[in-house]
Amino acid sequence: MPLPGSAQRWAAAAGSWGCWLLALLLLLVTGPGGASEITFELPDNAKQCFYEDIAQGTKCTLEFQVITGGHYDVDCRLEDPDGKVLYKEMKKQYDSFTFTASKNGTYKFCFSNEFSTFTHKTVYFDFQVGEDPPLFPSENRVSALTQMESACVSIHEALKSVIDYQTHFRLREAQGRSRAEDLNTRVAY
Amino acid sequence: MAGVVGRGLPAMGRPALLLLVMCAAGAQGLYFHIGETEKRCFIEEIPDETMVIGNYRTQMWDKQKEVFLPSTPGLGMHVEVKDPDGKVVLSRQYGSEGRFTFTSHTPGEHQICLHSNSTRMALFAGGKLRVHLDIQVGEHANNYPEIAAKDKLTELQLRARQLLDQVEQIQKEQDYQRYREERFRLTSESTNQRVLWWSIAQTVILILTGIWQMRHLKSFFEAKKLV
Repeated sequence: MPLPGSAQRWAAAAGSWGCWLLALLLLLVTGPGGASEITFELPDNAKQCFYEDIAQGTKCTLEFQVITGGHYDVDCRLEDPDGKVLYKEMKKQYDSFTFTASKNGTYKFCFSNEFSTFTHKTVYFDFQVGEDPPLFPSENRVSALTQMESACVSIHEALKSVIDYQTHFRLREAQGRSRAEDLNTRVAY
Repeated sequence: MAGVVGRGLPAMGRPALLLLVMCAAGAQGLYFHIGETEKRCFIEEIPDETMVIGNYRTQMWDKQKEVFLPSTPGLGMHVEVKDPDGKVVLSRQYGSEGRFTFTSHTPGEHQICLHSNSTRMALFAGGKLRVHLDIQVGEHANNYPEIAAKDKLTELQLRARQLLDQVEQIQKEQDYQRYREERFRLTSESTNQRVLWWSIAQTVILILTGIWQMRHLKSFFEAKKLV
């Protein structure tokens, strides 16, 4: 709705400054959260590491699944900035680990296929740091959400979990499918 | 500031957008190290007509200072994207910081490969490169604040748009699932056929070998005057 001239000017100025301030705050305090979902190939006798800078107090979740290769297992290791091992599992097919960052710094997680002599593995992982960035980074979020808005938020969360289940289903199905295709070629020879 | 006033919302939106982009650039959280000639590939299994946006940023290791330089001009990364049939969809050289986008036209496993193509190989010598990478697929690739500013949507409309995009992604994934299930079924049928033919062939060969052996033995015994 149209505002009177001076109010409009003030609103525009306040809005711009608000945006600048908020963005600056975001850059300084914590990076906006988010998720990284990556599928990569791990050659035999190889180890691959990924790093992320996390602020203290952020709740993070690491979830991984082996899609193809051998016995579908991989070693996974998660370390905090001081090198302390937060999570270490050998020959695991699928796991999910949630932790809260106790200190600022670079967290490192590695996947190792060093125990395997000739099978390449395809590994999927989903590393969620903090919450998803909000839809509206600007404006005052002090006002409570209306019923419609909170209904939208709950639908959004429910759909996110549907998409998540679909991803896991697709990965499981990919396992079965790749085995079936291997069998098909092997039977011919 | 005075000149900015008369345009209302878009003027407010523009600096916000710029900063959001800056935020997004700083927010490429996940990173990994690659060697100079190493090629790293990532797999994205996606339904068709899905947009994928990848953002990356590279930093070079400085041997003297033992630290990663914040940004190095002159570094380049070659990005290659292959579709499930092996055909190259995108093959381009980008700078030390880049953003690549592609839309899938066939459902299946797409392969995104990155390798550095540095013009300063001499400085590299045994060094490593830190690559910040962020790949967003489908609905996650949409930039909602930008869409809100462009189409002038209210908050509720934007939320509804987000929900619509999510539901569309779910539908596409389900269609892809149907396609995958059909492929799996065909593979199983083919394996079944092959196993059947193989067992028939084996039985026939066995019978023929048996008959040949009997004949051979019979003639052998007759020759030796035992029968």
